[in-house]
Amino acid sequence: MAVHFVLEGCLEHDDDASSVASEDILEDVEPAAELDEDTSGEEDAGEDDRADSVASKADTQEPKSTNQFNFIERASQSLNNALQGRSCQTIPPPRCNYFATATQWAIYDAYMDELQQQEMKKEKQKSNKDDDKTKKKILLIETPRDDITQVAKAAKLFERMVNQNTFNEIAQDFRYFEDAADEFREQEGTLLPLWKFQYDKARIMSVTSLCWNHIYPDFFGVGLGSYDFSKQGRGMLLFYTLKNSTFPEYIFPTSSGVLCLDIHKQHSYLVAVGFYDGCVCVYNLKKNGLDPEYKSTVNSGKHSDPVWQVRWQNDNSLNFYSVSCDGRVVSWTIMKNELVFTDALRLILTDRVSDGLDGIEELITASGTSCDFHRQIDTLFLVGTEEGKIHKCSKNYSSQYLETYDAHNMAVDTVKWNPYHSKVFISCSSDWTVKIWDHDYKAPMFTFELNASVGDVAWAPYSSTVFAAVTTDGLVHVFDLAINKYQAICQQPVVSKKKTKLTHIEFNPIHPVVIVGDDRGSVISLKLSPNLRKKPKGKKGRDLVEGPEAEVAKMEKLLSLLRDLGESKV
Amino acid sequence: MGEVEETLQRIEAQGSVLGTIVVNADGIPIRSTFDISKAGKYVELLRHLTALAKGTVRDIDPENELVVLRISTKNQEIMVGPENGYLLILIQRYERYSRA
Repeated sequence: MAVHFVLEGCLEHDDDASSVASEDILEDVEPAAELDEDTSGEEDAGEDDRADSVASKADTQEPKSTNQFNFIERASQSLNNALQGRSCQTIPPPRCNYFATATQWAIYDAYMDELQQQEMKKEKQKSNKDDDKTKKKILLIETPRDDITQVAKAAKLFERMVNQNTFNEIAQDFRYFEDAADEFREQEGTLLPLWKFQYDKARIMSVTSLCWNHIYPDFFGVGLGSYDFSKQGRGMLLFYTLKNSTFPEYIFPTSSGVLCLDIHKQHSYLVAVGFYDGCVCVYNLKKNGLDPEYKSTVNSGKHSDPVWQVRWQNDNSLNFYSVSCDGRVVSWTIMKNELVFTDALRLILTDRVSDGLDGIEELITASGTSCDFHRQIDTLFLVGTEEGKIHKCSKNYSSQYLETYDAHNMAVDTVKWNPYHSKVFISCSSDWTVKIWDHDYKAPMFTFELNASVGDVAWAPYSSTVFAAVTTDGLVHVFDLAINKYQAICQQPVVSKKKTKLTHIEFNPIHPVVIVGDDRGSVISLKLSPNLRKKPKGKKGRDLVEGPEAEVAKMEKLLSLLRDLGESKV
Repeated sequence: MGEVEETLQRIEAQGSVLGTIVVNADGIPIRSTFDISKAGKYVELLRHLTALAKGTVRDIDPENELVVLRISTKNQEIMVGPENGYLLILIQRYERYSRA
């Protein structure tokens, strides 16, 4: 400790008690000094005080009093450490600039993503509980960044748009063109050619069947094969849409020629196909891949002869019937991922019976070439045979026919029930005729000679009296019995006579369009002019039934005439 | 992959189509029938326009989505289809098609 300054006060108050005592101080300095030799200078003042006190104690024992002058402040200052600044600088966190516009849809997207993630978590939890055994590591395949398959849907859409632009006029015609000249044409009508659907690889095959899709009315299926029995090669199944006429939507090459196809009315992704080699298949358009979903094999009841017609049933069970040359009408059902068959009927030639060994009557099987199911009565159906007969059968009676009609001289190519009138059906054959029947009568109501082998006939879905037929000389005939009972109201060549033959025809369920298939693998679409689409005046539902009923009355009158004619023919 | 390629080739084979461009998510043309400079020009301009169109459609109704943007001009028709972050651009010339 270093003392810097000490100052004793020398002024004293007279009345002060210490002043009295201080007189004696000078006398007592020496003995006080002797007492405290070792004390430091700082304590001199304290010493003096003590000295005072000693003196005072010794002499007078006066109370000690504070000295208002002899006040010494004691202070000390410690060493101040030098101030040191210390700072630390870290590496700054990485920064990036972010900007976005808060739009309504961005907010919506964020919420939807959040929802999805939550749902996925829930599912994961559930699945974790369920399959702990089968924990497969799903490798996240990183799609290569520059992959054009990302735009697959857009590419498809664009193809259709490009086609729409290229064939813009046809598309407009399809929608809006109504031939105004029909007003001046009296009864006749015309067919306007629209798109032509061709596929390179199908050029060598002929169209053997056509079918519209009822749920997507712009979609249709084409079965390709060959009618030439000596040249049987491969076949093909194509599906087109009116929106894209340059390329089919689905292509299925098959090992044997396709002879018939049918698209299910409710589940329009299921397609039943019958082949030349007797097989029956069901394709599922929802699945990727070129193979059918179900196929019949030798063990599972495949036909031994070409299958000429397949028809889906209208009920919810996946059931269809097939008709073949081997005389069997088979009912197929898809049960538990398999195709199960049951023989519904055996077509037997009733009038010709051959004598087998030991005189036992052998029943020769007839060959079925077409069939059609009644729209209202589920169990009733018609089968046309190669011998030219039409049998009316029921699903409940498998051994007997309800009725047999001697229809044609050659094989019956097509039989079809009228979509409105429950008693009328139509049949056509290669014997150049188209015949209309009332199923109560054995003789046909109407017979039309078309001067060439008739490939196919179809009723129009919008009228009970309109039907169309195609012949091998390239003509399409459209008849309307309400307008003209004896002649077609439209007979139009659609392809060049010498080169191509027409094989099939189908009416679109909604649009006034027909598709016609030829033996060069191409399908031509035609629009019906207004004269061909005439509807009877008045209320729709009522009058349409009245039309044919009135005709039936007319037919009754003509019946005797026709019967005479029929007898004279035979 | 093959199917998309086939589809695009078929489209390009039609005489009236001038060309197609496939643009990836970064804005780089990955498949183009035009030369690079022209393709770049189309891409740059159409990307912004498509983003704007997309935003417009969704602002009107957030549940809606832009499917295709078609610009009919005097000489041509430009079609832009966004999908999965990629863009498919197609330019078609108007042709007087006569039914053969």
